[in-house]
Amino acid sequence: MPLSFDSFKEGDPLPLLKKKPGVTQLVKYAAGGGDFNPLHHDFAFPQSKAIGSIIVHGRFKYAALGELVSNWLDHGGRIKKLSCQYRGMDLPDKEMTLGGVVKRKWQEGGEKLAEVELFVKNEEGKNTTPGSAVVVLRG
Amino acid sequence: MAEKIEITPEMRAVVGVESPPWTHEVTTTSVRAFARGVGYTDLVYFDEAEAKRRGYRSLPAPATYFGTPIFIPGRSNDTFSTPAQTGPSLKHGLRNVLDGGAETEYFDDICAGDTLTVTSKLADLAVRESKTTGAMLIVTQEATCKNQHGKVVAKQRSQGLFY
Repeated sequence: MPLSFDSFKEGDPLPLLKKKPGVTQLVKYAAGGGDFNPLHHDFAFPQSKAIGSIIVHGRFKYAALGELVSNWLDHGGRIKKLSCQYRGMDLPDKEMTLGGVVKRKWQEGGEKLAEVELFVKNEEGKNTTPGSAVVVLRG
Repeated sequence: MAEKIEITPEMRAVVGVESPPWTHEVTTTSVRAFARGVGYTDLVYFDEAEAKRRGYRSLPAPATYFGTPIFIPGRSNDTFSTPAQTGPSLKHGLRNVLDGGAETEYFDDICAGDTLTVTSKLADLAVRESKTTGAMLIVTQEATCKNQHGKVVAKQRSQGLFY
């Protein structure tokens, strides 16, 4: 069901999205997104060795937050702004839980808007990738 | 690990200089490849009939996807697939890079069949201390995406962390 302005309120959580990308998934992301930095697929790369592992692309997490918000909208609107900061590295084959909460909904200039706060939590419950989005609802 | 990073006048001079434009293609195949890479299961990003049923012109670009920069050997960066020449280069001598984050503002939709023209500029330089990597140079890049009708459809600011 496409999201409508009247179907949610401030404080509502967004449906969670779980991801557990392994090396193969990161290779698919590299192919789709164009980022072939060996830090995301080659364990022998000096920076990977220094860190102790390859790491998940920050941009994978950013795109996954976009997927989370898009799933919530279910084509009932569009993303106007989307941001995130990479505060911690995520490792392959570890589960990430993506979620968010509605911080504010308002109408302005004829537009129905909502702001959501986003997170990517690792298996230890640490938010490695805080973010936020502003969406415009169609109806 | 860098003990100290100095932002030189030579580095400052690069701030604000706009890159030559580069073409990014948004195709049905490239949208599917990106959506598959992220792990989308929503058929709108894969099936044109489903995309049209939900009101899109063609497969919509998933959030954060601005098309695929055309790849030309020798003119593209072989690692990041971005244009190799993005204006005067920033000489800092730091070997490692991490992604710091990004903020995107969308002004219109992007769908398969669109051709985007992207320009970028270095918007800001800063130095920050990190517990794990020592001194870091924070490079903020701003990219502007125009579609084939000349309309700005998205602007993105992103931070690269060099150490």
